[in-house]
Amino acid sequence: MRAVKTQDISCNDLTWKIEYDPSRCTMCGSCVASCSFKAIHVAVERRDMTYSEAETPMPVKKHMARPVIEQVASLTNYCRGCGMCEKVCPNHAIHPVRNPDTRKTLLSKDSGPIKRGGRTNLNAQRTLDAIVVGRISQMTDPSLDAARHTFDIRSPLGRVLAARDLPLKVENGKLVPSGHTPPVHWIYPLIFSDMSIGALSTRAWEAVALAVGYLNEKCGLPVRMSSGEGGMPMGLLKSDYLKYFIIQIASGHFGWNRIIKAMPQMVTDPAGVLIKIGQGAKPGDGGLLPAAKVAEHVQAIRGVPKATLASPPNHQGLYSIEESVQKMHLSMSAAFGFRVPVAIKCAASATSVSVYNNLLRDPYHVCGGFFLDGIQGGTGAANEISLDHTGHPVVSKIRDCYLAAVKQGLQGQIPLYGGGGIGMTGNAAADAFKMMCLGANGVFTGKVLIQLLGCVGNEHGRCNACNTGKCPTGICTQDPRLVKRLDVDKGAQKIVDYVLTFDMELKKLMAPIGNSSLPIGRSDALVATDKAVADRLGIQYVC
Amino acid sequence: MCRIGSIKSKVPIPPSMALHLMLPQQEGHDNSGFAMVMQDLYGVFSAYKDKPLLSLACTQRGADLVEEYMDSHNFTQVAEWLPVPDKKSGLDIKAMPYYIFRNYDYPEDAAQMTQKEREELLLDTRLALRKLLAENNAGYVYSFWPDVLTLKEIGDPRDIATYFRLWDDNGCLAAKSIVAQCRQNTNYDIVRYAAHPFFLEGYTLCANGENTFYTKNKEFQSHLHRGYIGFESDSQCFLNTLHYVHRELGWPLSYYKHVITPLPFEEIQKRPDKDVLLDIRESLANLEINGPNTVIAVLPDGQMMTCCDSKKLRPVVVGRTDDRVAISSEVCGLNEIMPDRDQTKDIYPNEREIVVIDNDLEVTRCEQ
Repeated sequence: MRAVKTQDISCNDLTWKIEYDPSRCTMCGSCVASCSFKAIHVAVERRDMTYSEAETPMPVKKHMARPVIEQVASLTNYCRGCGMCEKVCPNHAIHPVRNPDTRKTLLSKDSGPIKRGGRTNLNAQRTLDAIVVGRISQMTDPSLDAARHTFDIRSPLGRVLAARDLPLKVENGKLVPSGHTPPVHWIYPLIFSDMSIGALSTRAWEAVALAVGYLNEKCGLPVRMSSGEGGMPMGLLKSDYLKYFIIQIASGHFGWNRIIKAMPQMVTDPAGVLIKIGQGAKPGDGGLLPAAKVAEHVQAIRGVPKATLASPPNHQGLYSIEESVQKMHLSMSAAFGFRVPVAIKCAASATSVSVYNNLLRDPYHVCGGFFLDGIQGGTGAANEISLDHTGHPVVSKIRDCYLAAVKQGLQGQIPLYGGGGIGMTGNAAADAFKMMCLGANGVFTGKVLIQLLGCVGNEHGRCNACNTGKCPTGICTQDPRLVKRLDVDKGAQKIVDYVLTFDMELKKLMAPIGNSSLPIGRSDALVATDKAVADRLGIQYVC
Repeated sequence: MCRIGSIKSKVPIPPSMALHLMLPQQEGHDNSGFAMVMQDLYGVFSAYKDKPLLSLACTQRGADLVEEYMDSHNFTQVAEWLPVPDKKSGLDIKAMPYYIFRNYDYPEDAAQMTQKEREELLLDTRLALRKLLAENNAGYVYSFWPDVLTLKEIGDPRDIATYFRLWDDNGCLAAKSIVAQCRQNTNYDIVRYAAHPFFLEGYTLCANGENTFYTKNKEFQSHLHRGYIGFESDSQCFLNTLHYVHRELGWPLSYYKHVITPLPFEEIQKRPDKDVLLDIRESLANLEINGPNTVIAVLPDGQMMTCCDSKKLRPVVVGRTDDRVAISSEVCGLNEIMPDRDQTKDIYPNEREIVVIDNDLEVTRCEQ
């Protein structure tokens, strides 16, 4: 008999408990083999059993040592609730159950702040669900037919000039260009958000990229994908498909050595450059790629040794927003001959309107987009304290920024893109539509994409192990054995199907309000069932 | 749904012709008002075509306020026509105490002004009068512009015409261009300013439909020009955009259509002028309209035009004879005032064109 101290960790201290039915277990070992966290193992239990083998009852009592599957009581190899064991069990003998009595957070601080991936588990409120598309075309104007009418679902990426500032002159009754305008690309209003090679497995990144290629080439939807901080494969940089990608530069500048080296061989321009200032999931923190995920190919792309890659919280050398505009925007614009829109991504913050005002008023007209990332955005790795306790919801902040621009008559000049929790309930189209009515030109989403690939993580504490390198679905890991679990083609197809449905669903929302173009800023199309939400966003309260 | 109509003629026509154009279209509708803008005036205003004409409906107090304001700003009255109403009982009209149509001479210092500066002065004066009258709840000023007369009232259009003796065709009122409409606002509050046609610096416009991008248009236009005010009706946005594109930006009229109903991106990509069209779509995205609409407008140079929404969800037809062209929501209106025209020459404008009628009554269809 082993000694047990009351301070010892038991399974009841953990977030998830494994429910196991030995009578159904065939001892095939699949669950243990599939658990990337080593949260279950094969153990031996003493069993007392009374049984009879004769035709008439002849009870015999027997002491046996029986192999069983047992949960590991550990704060390192603990069950994340991913459910892989349940998925692979041929006999429904095992599954994780959420433990309401968990003490894990309390007990896990021995080795510093808790780190995890995923999104906030504390602030997953759904403002957008308190909003309904309530201005329906009835008699005064006809609803459109989502299946038969044509819809123009495109959003600008790039700095839009005021009409008065357009370099146009009249010649023979026609307007003709008489100067340079900043580059503006009309893209699909759903941008695949920045998830790096490194944060994602190469195959997962490839699956997302494959979906982008298919959506563009076969479906005619100009969906753009941000590379994330960490560079891109050389082959892709030199290919014609680069035009579908927005290259990101973040504070670590990872991957840019290779990007710059590839420039002379680029056959086309990228869709844009996205300067990442901050991230909604962990505002004020830089990117974080734990050493466990810095595999050889990641080292090669980024030009780094195998070590934890912590990007600084700021772009070094930028001490003011004016500098940011001059240094980052101008140098990035210049690098691509002022042919590529350069946008900026910030964590939503109480200061977002100030930032947006600064960008709107910059005399160079260089900022091609303002990406606001809310607290509900996901991440590959962050301190849990940042994930759960820092950040700002994106919905009201997008509205604030839009209205700030309206107040100055500058709406639409720097396109607004909102992200962070878009599609959290699975209905990204509804979220996107409402965000656009509130003033966003489009939305960006990342978590939904990996969930479509198979990620089972959620905002209720399930899995969220993207930082460990042990992602059970092969998405957020560089372990070749785990990565093999991911079917790239199937994943890409799932994303393509989702976006095609997203497109149809957008039309199903545009049609009833009688719009064939995106209703950017059409707050009159929305009503709120929550008075506080209605008042805050300036839309009609209904009950 | 409103019905709208306009007539452009080589010879001066009385307002009753506009009523004859409109009334057959009004069957089954609420007939809740009458509004018209007459341009290129004859009759009592023949001699004052270059003098700005103030169109006003007001109380006694309003009349005093206006007179005081105009005096203090050195406008000199040169002519006046006060309708003598037929106040017989039973007429369905919510009449104002006074209707004033008065020509003024410009202040002396206007002699040194450019044409544009004089026009700005007229606008500022109208806006100041509007503010003054609104603050005192003393009336409405509809237009202050040379050779332009605006009349708007609430009630049954037939009775309104009786009240103003428009059926008499007594020659007082006549014009070569009339835009008319026979309903009050049905979507929003019934206020006289919400009744189209609307007028701004030489531009007249009325619209039949529902502008579902009203909020976007309004939020954007509020900052574009001091004359874009009121927004009592979503249709005012059409006029503001026409004024902005044509006058403020100085773009050719054909670009108005590109602004309010831009081509789909796929079509733009096939055009040789795609760079310009994309620039326009980017910069003026907030002036795009959506929803079902037909627009009739008159430009400062007298040209009349009509166009529709991008899905052609509202009707309009253009009919013509040798000395007259009329635009009407429904063909029955044309049949009433020009029964002998060649109907095979009627034009039913499509969703991608502007139909322009110039001062020689040449009709041009401009493909977008």
